[in-house]
Amino acid sequence: MRTRRFLSGGWLSVYAFLYIVFLYLPVIFLPIFSINTAPTPKFPLTGFTLQWYADLPHTPALLDAAWNSLKVGVCASVLATVLGILAARSITRYRYPGRRTINGLIMAPLVLPEVIVAISMLLVMLQLGLSLSLFTVVLGHVLVCIPYSMTVLTSGFEGFDRSLEEASADLGESAFGTFRRVTLPMVAPAIISSLLVCFTISLDEFIIAFFLTGTEATLPIYIWGQLRFASKLPGVLALGTLLLVASFLLMTVAEILRRRAARRTQNEGGLYA
Amino acid sequence: MTAAAEGSPPLRMTRARRNALLQSEPVQGFALISPTFLYALILLVLPILVVIAHSFWTQHYLTIDRTFTLENYRVALTEPIYRDLLWRSLYISLTVSLLTVILAYPIAYFISFHGGRHKSLWLFLITIPFWTSYLLRVMSWKVILGYNGVLNSGLMGLGIIDEPSTALLYNSSAVIITLTHAWAAFAILPIFVSLEKVDRTLVEAATDLGDGPLRSFLRVTLPLSAPGVISAALIVMIPTVGDYVTPKLVGGKDGVMIANAIQAQFGKAANWPLGAALSVTTMLIVTLMAGATVLIIRALQRLAR
Repeated sequence: MRTRRFLSGGWLSVYAFLYIVFLYLPVIFLPIFSINTAPTPKFPLTGFTLQWYADLPHTPALLDAAWNSLKVGVCASVLATVLGILAARSITRYRYPGRRTINGLIMAPLVLPEVIVAISMLLVMLQLGLSLSLFTVVLGHVLVCIPYSMTVLTSGFEGFDRSLEEASADLGESAFGTFRRVTLPMVAPAIISSLLVCFTISLDEFIIAFFLTGTEATLPIYIWGQLRFASKLPGVLALGTLLLVASFLLMTVAEILRRRAARRTQNEGGLYA
Repeated sequence: MTAAAEGSPPLRMTRARRNALLQSEPVQGFALISPTFLYALILLVLPILVVIAHSFWTQHYLTIDRTFTLENYRVALTEPIYRDLLWRSLYISLTVSLLTVILAYPIAYFISFHGGRHKSLWLFLITIPFWTSYLLRVMSWKVILGYNGVLNSGLMGLGIIDEPSTALLYNSSAVIITLTHAWAAFAILPIFVSLEKVDRTLVEAATDLGDGPLRSFLRVTLPLSAPGVISAALIVMIPTVGDYVTPKLVGGKDGVMIANAIQAQFGKAANWPLGAALSVTTMLIVTLMAGATVLIIRALQRLAR
């Protein structure tokens, strides 16, 4: 009787609650200390201020880093999503030998120590005589974004009803026309979701950017530089809070779109099948 | 019949066959994936091969001597600092993955078996913290565990301790806590997915046949969710061995890991071949650990049956 309650009952919800507290614990302190007047983050809080936020737009280095991150993020997410669409479509639509191996290789950056990925790319780029710049950062970010893009896109492409495409071809559409007018609208939410996920990853990615960047810092590299100075911490916390809010919004939209994509391909596919 | 007419049917055949070949599934599928595949080959496989090559070379100041040698591996495996760093990385990564999986299992179980309609909401709730910058999450742990940190000031405020403890930060425990937090979601998700696949009628059948809830959990649910446990363990273990940021920020002198040494070899020390040998050794260790984990969990799974 006791074991039954143990496995099905209340302690699990208590545990789940505590676990969520643990997960949110470090995240909660960013906003809390970012509106505190004291420059050192500790309790008790000394007072409320928005000073740290107000200072942010007056920091040229930060604005440069933000602009760099934006450029890198847009380029990396677009490239990774295009490559992701090709691969995800190939994986979900065709059967051919070596499919699993190739897929494993493309997904490999997910499970390789990032430092090693970063350093090996650095080594090759230096030997090829490529000078390090935001371009090399983009190359690295695309590589680490593709697996995430693939995950989102395959869930959008799976269950996609091929008879719709066949019908379109039978009715006289060209291959490209079918893709543009039938396939694309069906998977559009998944594509947008992939763009948002990749952008968020690129925005937060540190190690690859740290090794592959030249003189131009991205936001995480800027933050890394600031962490050395204790007095800069509140500003960093304020910036971190803004980034958290941005990531949260992007991910929420991405998740809603991913679900819509999955639902659309499955339901409508079922209806017309 | 003219010669041309005689020649044309086979020609048409080959063209038709070529078209059929071009439109066949394998060729179309492969053509479609090849840009992404090439990208991964050029920017992942080639670089790793270059690193492996470097690990067998030596460096004299700025020139690389391409004579084959195992000297770098001898240094990596026998020099006390590198040996210790490798062991520490191994120990930290194993502890973190074990802790993460043990902590993650009940929550994944809770969501899968008691989540009801709110499963996806729970999952979303769990993933949110992971979209904060990794640097800032590590930084937050520094704020929590530090000398003037939240934990110390909190404990002092409650009168539990009289002066701040320095034992919380800058050691391998701080690294373990931070990494356990950082990788939690990556363990929960695969376990949840495998629990979702557990056929509920099997669990009911076990209960109907007289197994108590604990027994049916141990003999049905747990073994059936083993694939998720394996992938969770691997997903946490493999990247944590090579983590750079956490040891650097919260590890202090006693919490430095192998990635920090690798970075030093490619940076300040400017000894690429040694750095390469350390990288390859790390990858080999990771592979061995991953293999061992899979074997151990499979064996446990067989025992449970």
